[in-house]
Amino acid sequence: MSDLKPQTRHIADRLESPLKLAVFSWPSLLLVVAIALFILNSFMSPYFLSAWSLSDATFNFTEKAIIAFAMALLIISGEIDLSVAAIIALSSTIMGLCLQLGFGTSELVFVGLFVGVLCGAFNGTLVVGLGLPSIVVTIGTMSFFRGISFIILGDQAFNGYPAEFAFFGQGYVWWVISFEFVLFLFVALVYFVLLHKTNFGRQIFVIGNNATAAQFSGVRVKRIKFILFCLVGLMSGIAAILLTSRLGSTRPSIAQGWELEVITMVVLGGISILGGSGTIQGVFIAAFIMGLISFGLGLLNVPGIVMSIFIGALLIIVIALPIIAGKIKSRLKA
Amino acid sequence: MQNSVIKLSGISKSFPGVKALQNVELELYRGQVTSLIGENGAGKSTLVKTMTGIYQPDEGEISVNGKVVVLGSAHDAFSHGITAIHQETVLFDEMSVAENIYLGHTPKTKFKTINWKKLYSNATNILKDIGASHINAQTKLKEISIANKHLVAVARALSVEADIVIMDEPTAALSHKEIEDLFQLVEKLKNDGKAILFISHKFDEIYKIAERYTVFRDGQMVGRGMLSDTSQDEIVQMMVGRSVDQIFPKRNASIGAPVLHVENYNHPTEFADINFELNKGEILGFYGLVGAGRSELMQALFGITKPSSGTLTISGQEITLKGPADAVNAGIVYLPEERGKQGVVLDLPIVENISLPSLHTTSKNGFLKMANEFALARKYAERLDLRAASLSQNAGTLSGGNQQKVVIAKWLAVEPNIIILDEPTKGIDIGSKAAVHSFMAELVAEGLSVIMVSSEIPEVMGMSDRIIVMRDGLMVDIFQNNEDLSAETLIRSAAGIEEQVA
Amino acid sequence: MRSIHRNHEFWLTLIIALMVVGTTLRSPGFISGQKMIEIFNDSSMLIILALGQMSVILTRSIDLSMASNLALSGMIVALINAAYPQIPVPVLMLIATSCGLLMGIFNGSLVWWLGIPSIVVTLGTLTIYRGIIFVLAGGKWVNADAFTESFIQYTRVEFLGIPALSWYAIIIVLAFFIFMTRTSAGRSIYAIGINPSAALYTGINIGKTQFMTFCISGALSGFCGYLWVSRYVIGSVEVAKGYELIVVAACVIGGISIAGGVGTVVGTVLGALFLGFISNALPVIGVSPFWQMAISGGAIILAVIINASSQKQGKRIILKDREAQS
Repeated sequence: MSDLKPQTRHIADRLESPLKLAVFSWPSLLLVVAIALFILNSFMSPYFLSAWSLSDATFNFTEKAIIAFAMALLIISGEIDLSVAAIIALSSTIMGLCLQLGFGTSELVFVGLFVGVLCGAFNGTLVVGLGLPSIVVTIGTMSFFRGISFIILGDQAFNGYPAEFAFFGQGYVWWVISFEFVLFLFVALVYFVLLHKTNFGRQIFVIGNNATAAQFSGVRVKRIKFILFCLVGLMSGIAAILLTSRLGSTRPSIAQGWELEVITMVVLGGISILGGSGTIQGVFIAAFIMGLISFGLGLLNVPGIVMSIFIGALLIIVIALPIIAGKIKSRLKA
Repeated sequence: MQNSVIKLSGISKSFPGVKALQNVELELYRGQVTSLIGENGAGKSTLVKTMTGIYQPDEGEISVNGKVVVLGSAHDAFSHGITAIHQETVLFDEMSVAENIYLGHTPKTKFKTINWKKLYSNATNILKDIGASHINAQTKLKEISIANKHLVAVARALSVEADIVIMDEPTAALSHKEIEDLFQLVEKLKNDGKAILFISHKFDEIYKIAERYTVFRDGQMVGRGMLSDTSQDEIVQMMVGRSVDQIFPKRNASIGAPVLHVENYNHPTEFADINFELNKGEILGFYGLVGAGRSELMQALFGITKPSSGTLTISGQEITLKGPADAVNAGIVYLPEERGKQGVVLDLPIVENISLPSLHTTSKNGFLKMANEFALARKYAERLDLRAASLSQNAGTLSGGNQQKVVIAKWLAVEPNIIILDEPTKGIDIGSKAAVHSFMAELVAEGLSVIMVSSEIPEVMGMSDRIIVMRDGLMVDIFQNNEDLSAETLIRSAAGIEEQVA
Repeated sequence: MRSIHRNHEFWLTLIIALMVVGTTLRSPGFISGQKMIEIFNDSSMLIILALGQMSVILTRSIDLSMASNLALSGMIVALINAAYPQIPVPVLMLIATSCGLLMGIFNGSLVWWLGIPSIVVTLGTLTIYRGIIFVLAGGKWVNADAFTESFIQYTRVEFLGIPALSWYAIIIVLAFFIFMTRTSAGRSIYAIGINPSAALYTGINIGKTQFMTFCISGALSGFCGYLWVSRYVIGSVEVAKGYELIVVAACVIGGISIAGGVGTVVGTVLGALFLGFISNALPVIGVSPFWQMAISGGAIILAVIINASSQKQGKRIILKDREAQS
């Protein structure tokens, strides 16, 4: 490369500082919303600003958020998994089954995780291996996985989990800091690094933006998508352990409807449902927002179902606003 | 002098980075066929889309029968009697033949519902009219052959009361017999007084069927007139005329030992009997008409599609490619023809586009090192004289030529031995073209080997050491590129026209 | 030639027929006219909803808000009926349908005007519509004794031995059949699903057509709102919860391709009947009803695999037939 042309022009790395970009980013907007909600909540209810009630509030979102981080990666890659709640049910049921066989806590945890990964791999095989659309496949496996739980349990429930097992969903690491919350922070950090700081994460973005170009650049698209399905399965397995431990029992209807809440959290977090863009920070804050809304309204004795109006409206508004603003801008220009 | 049925004057149309049409003129006449001639990327397809209401011109006006019209949608074009048979069949695979012919103007019953009985009988009649009575109007389109799909497209065009019929490479997928039938049909249309625009690469067809010609080059009209007054040589001159004013880098070929052997490469449907070798420091050109199987062959060499048989030997080692990643590891890279779909990721920054296949070298233990990525990207971006404000801007904000440089930079960064360029200068501006050409010369001087697929005669002849011509998935000729080789020889070889004795 | 083995409707009919025979073998007397009418009646709402969903999916969108729309429209007419028993039931049906239509218009305009992906829009409205039910009813249920007799009878009255509910479904299926196969609007729905760019060349307005399908699915959901409340004699926030995915499942089993453009009214009806049959037949042959969910899940997966393999697109072929060339 000795014959570089003498008159090469210099190209800057960046024109705008990363700090400035971060300030005007989606997560920052979400953060403002979250802070506003926090302040609003503390005005509305005197009980809000107590350490224990705040700690209780985290249980509203930690389990769902743990799945949402993996789901975010999957959606960025251009796929989706609607079967996560069913995986929780199946995983919890198999754990319960193993409990009857006299398994101890550590074996139960292993079984929970294993079933989760297995379900994820099953989805991954159908989508990646057979080239089927993930939305339909996972609508199918959603009924299938939960259906197996119903076959095993019927209208019964598994109870009597060992005392140590209760720690995962009910234990506190220090003072009001629960094990679930610590795990949530840890998982958030892991996924932040995985998505934003590794080659693997970069390749996920490329696949979501343009899977063909990714393939033409030597990215192993199928392998990565398969791994992502397995990851979502694994996280659902973790959520199954937490939820089962917290409830202390397993019913086949466990975590019903969670799949849509998890996806709402992901989309609210700024992950494009069409794939290709989004941040873990966004999902992280979105988890808090959803937790704050349900907890704050809960303190005001507003029932959960009404909260869903706010969450649904928030989902549409945060996505519609930038589009409307863009439309107005382009109309003003014209 | 007769009045034209449709007249386009001063039409210009630009896309980001490309001026597709510049101040173009075109006139069609009743009962006559006008042939539109030009290389790929000359602006023919853009013109067709402008005439059928898909694109709106930036400047200029279109008048039909002397009245200025605005073609704001496909519907407007229909209502002014303009119909087209498109190059890519724009039809509906899952619908019946009859419905494909009549969708949008189906015969109705008195209750305003579709009259299927009449639809089928009308469709059968119109198929009979065009000599395609062998097609059953009730079969689904996906179940008939490509040639028959073209006939359906013709039938669709004729099903509307149109005065102006545009045929965009209608013979591309047809056999000799089918082409004969099509020509009879065109004669019939002429007799019915329709004005026809006929786009084709094949000179024998043009001379056989058309009265007039218009030649486009680089989005401009460079000549028009009566075919009876003009020889084939003159038209080829107009098409490729740029060779006079376009300068290709001079280089002293120092060609070394073979680096790539392709033996007996076959594919069930796309190509067969491919045998060639590529030498160190060589530019090997692949010329042929669109759809000759060149891109498909290149994608097989890059591991995207798998050949059904044959062996690939790189630097003396026989290898099997399971996917593009294997090809990159073996030192082969591929610059695809469909830049926007397969080359760049438009919504990601330049730096991430360039570092993508090199991430394993820029990163550490799988963790990204942005500083290394920027250094790598800058090295190649500056070497290619990329015109960008910063490396963090999205590749989609660049012009076509600069996007192409990003793709080239991406592949140079993996330091390959063999680089396959598929239509490397298609749809990019003259300045970037020259940059790409001089860069190719630099690469081979450094000892790389280049395979270049191109449909542009001056480019193929200006750059290649040897030229392989493909037609219908087969290699038909290999030429040494020297003074004895003429543009006409190549065109004839690619189109399958017998050499004329002058 | 379209070979019969690739005909989705044929296979589905065969499978349902085999299930009927199998069930009858296990439990003679199952195959009675009365039982068949009962199964159809049970599947009626699913059929109607699946047809609406079909029109949306054919245009490459999806409507996840149908079940919430149904529950809200149903609650509205339940409340009206409880408060103003003098209002005739046909007016209530019209009100339910109009409420559903309004919700469909809201979905459709967000998709058409703002270009937000339909899955996001309807995921949002799914929770919004259901939340509104609670607000409207103040968290209360509307119980059986609150309804007027005619409100309940309008789905139960029998004509030719077939309950009214089934007749509504039959009429809607026929209307839908005519709409999808014999009107330009119906054919446009297929066209933009099969090939959007070709549809543009034909002069079809893609956004407007999608908007129309959301209006259809909305109006049908609204109408089913009345039917549901009348049949199960209850208005509550829990009505049809999670049913949106069962509706999608009926479409998929019926051979509707989620990629758009492929699928028929007959297939969709069969898909809904398949699910309806399973829920009726399992108890009869002594299989616990808890098997139902896993079986429908397995059926969906199988259906997708079969759909995909029968819809593999042929590639452009460059090589000409060697013999024809020489």
